[in-house]
Amino acid sequence: MTPKRKQKLFVILGLLSLTAIAVGLTLYALRANINLFFSPVQIAQGDAPMERQIRAGGMVKEGSVSRDPESLDVEFVVTDYVDDLEVYYSGILPDLFREGQGVVVVGELQADGRLYADKVLARHDENYMPPEVAQALEEAGYSPADFQAKAAEVGKRLEQEGSPEGSDY
Amino acid sequence: MLIKIIPEIGHFALVIALLMAVVQAVMPLAGAATRRPLWMAYGRPMATGQFLFVAIAYLCLTASYMLDDFSVANVANNSNSLLPWYYKFSAVWGNHEGSVLLWSLMLAGWGYAASVFSGDLPRDMVARVQGIMGMVCVGFLLFILMTSNPFERLLPNMPQDGADLNPLLQDFGLVVHPPMLYMGYVGFSVVFAFAIAALLGGRLDAAWTRWARPWTNVAWAFLTVGIALGSWWAYYELGWGGWWFWDPVENASLLPWLTGTALVHSLAVTEKRGSFKSWTVLLAISTFSLSLMGTFLVRSGVLTSVHAFANDPSRGFFILMLLAITVTLSLLVFALRAPRVSHKVGFNWLSRDSLLLINNILLVIMTVTVLLGTVYPLILDSLGLGKISVGPPYFNALFVPLTVVMCVFMGLGPVARWKSMSGRELWRKLGLAAAAAIVLGVAMPLVYDGEWNLWVSLGIISALWIVLPMVRDLFDKTRHASSFVAGLRKLSLSYWGMVLGHVGIAVTIVGVAVVSNYNIERNVRMSPGSTVEVAGYQFTMTELTNRRGPNFLADTSIIQVQRGEEGRSFVMRPEKRLYLATGMPMTQVALRPGLFRDLYVAMGEDLGDGSYAMRVQYKPFVRWLWLGGLLMAFGGILAVADKRYRRAAARQAKPVHTDRSTSQEATV
Repeated sequence: MTPKRKQKLFVILGLLSLTAIAVGLTLYALRANINLFFSPVQIAQGDAPMERQIRAGGMVKEGSVSRDPESLDVEFVVTDYVDDLEVYYSGILPDLFREGQGVVVVGELQADGRLYADKVLARHDENYMPPEVAQALEEAGYSPADFQAKAAEVGKRLEQEGSPEGSDY
Repeated sequence: MLIKIIPEIGHFALVIALLMAVVQAVMPLAGAATRRPLWMAYGRPMATGQFLFVAIAYLCLTASYMLDDFSVANVANNSNSLLPWYYKFSAVWGNHEGSVLLWSLMLAGWGYAASVFSGDLPRDMVARVQGIMGMVCVGFLLFILMTSNPFERLLPNMPQDGADLNPLLQDFGLVVHPPMLYMGYVGFSVVFAFAIAALLGGRLDAAWTRWARPWTNVAWAFLTVGIALGSWWAYYELGWGGWWFWDPVENASLLPWLTGTALVHSLAVTEKRGSFKSWTVLLAISTFSLSLMGTFLVRSGVLTSVHAFANDPSRGFFILMLLAITVTLSLLVFALRAPRVSHKVGFNWLSRDSLLLINNILLVIMTVTVLLGTVYPLILDSLGLGKISVGPPYFNALFVPLTVVMCVFMGLGPVARWKSMSGRELWRKLGLAAAAAIVLGVAMPLVYDGEWNLWVSLGIISALWIVLPMVRDLFDKTRHASSFVAGLRKLSLSYWGMVLGHVGIAVTIVGVAVVSNYNIERNVRMSPGSTVEVAGYQFTMTELTNRRGPNFLADTSIIQVQRGEEGRSFVMRPEKRLYLATGMPMTQVALRPGLFRDLYVAMGEDLGDGSYAMRVQYKPFVRWLWLGGLLMAFGGILAVADKRYRRAAARQAKPVHTDRSTSQEATV
């Protein structure tokens, strides 16, 4: 083999091994960091893993938001109108967070059945029910259409009757 | 009465522009293929005409906004009579249709500029470049006219007033961020057109790179500024104090930037050494394809984030087709016409060539990892395999180490010689710099915080390792001059451009390392009279009031800030606004910026009992992030200003020999 060819071979081998390492690391990092989504019905059925970061979402149940008067702790219930999920969070809720609107929380499910959220993301969807929730309902064996209608009905009603923040002018 | 006709004029102008773009796409390419100068000559007037008519269309849309013509659907959906005039002006691109029109305007503009400033290029090359740019223009003008027409009317029942611009967009950021970003995205179409034209013409010598380099640098500079502005805007607009979320839309702008950076460096090698020719062409194709893909991701509604305007699947499908056609055709041309790879490698494993090759490889790896993380959830979703999300931990876990590795090579590159460099000489030059970087990097967290931190040290070491070798190199280059300053003056602008560009990255890395590790965030409950202490500053809420703005109502809190016991005292006024037309709430952050730290106060939620949840943050060195971006962009522009691009002497296109002399060059 000529020296040039040898040099080329080393270059190619080097590139291939770098690529293999890169791909390996990437896939490992990807697998370890994918957050799966669960709807309250799936959590109630026991499909969701415990003590691991998951995403859960649904609509914020009417009248379920309660804040601790001393700190920034807040509890609320996330529902897909089939099952409920209690969520506990300490922090500031996003601007678009409303009862009857969609929400996605990221956190860990604990043994007491509550989800301790690290992040709360409000989802303002035209259909009120986020698409992931509808899909999760379908996977759990329910027909999403009925529950989407219920979500829309509650959502619309609360939007119209509820006053937006800062309406005491 | 005239006002009502303006949108129609705009619409008609777009149709004319489309026709001209079709001619521009067909005639010059046909002329170049059949060697007919008359046909090739169609290119320039068509490019000029197309630019003119798209500009007319854009002006008509802007006029409709400024004149509050709510019979135009686009204006009715995105504007309002109470909107301040500068936001009406920017609202034109604050929505889907208008922003695609801006894209087209810039595309036509860059195409026109490429036609006009191609003085001494061979005519058939110019014709092919015009032809390819014409094809891209056709694609976008068709997209506008068929799926995203901004001139749709709401006659005869036009609304009384508009739906108002999304409050998050009523901000200076909207005025600057999208135009800069688009100039970058669209600018890469020029080097793409050059690459394809070179392939088609069989003229893949190193000379096309000399013509393409200035265009690429300018586009890259704009994209850098656009991304930096986007990060800065998100920082003070979204109210969380974050500056990069690995959001798919942010990634969509980062991907062409990464390959664009690789392209800028690869063009340098191809111009200087005549090697990496096919690789450079492939990078040019990839960068523009990623720009198009970015457009697809943002415009098709495939994602939902602050940027998602379009919910119409036909739009997404159209862009996807545009992207597929572009990528397929260009790769086909590449496969058929790429030059045979020469059998000699031509450089030593330790040389500037190989270091730049490694730089390119690393950038491509980074691009692929970000691409994978961005696109993987979409692919799974479209295949029905579940809805997952890939968050920042994935991206950070891969991107940060890769950046550190890249910095190691970035220290060596500017100092290494082309073709071959002796390891001993490199060590002799840079050994001291390496030691200094490590010592200072390890010491910095200890000095700053009292505790050692691996990531901060790595960041500081990387940044110093980029800068110190260049300082040493500066001294070496000016050693023989009459004085240090005289020596500096002799160095070319392109060298200074390189220096600034690399210093910019170093500054950004310092910013990232420090703010990620040392920023302090407190979420607290505050009411008038309460005080919170963050990083030695006392924040006291003195008042919680409300006020009325031009198109909003606001809860304002007056925060008195005192630095330490004796320090300076000032006031910050964060607000929580409610925009009247949409009923949307928005957080107006109070910022106290500084070169070495930002103070950040945002109002969270009204807790109902006279108190508010507040976010109080101390963010050290956060401005360095964007300062670095500006330095990088400035460096890119400086490199273009170099004399050699301005030499008026007509040049023949000469192939560049691969075995150049190995003298150390002061130019890059």
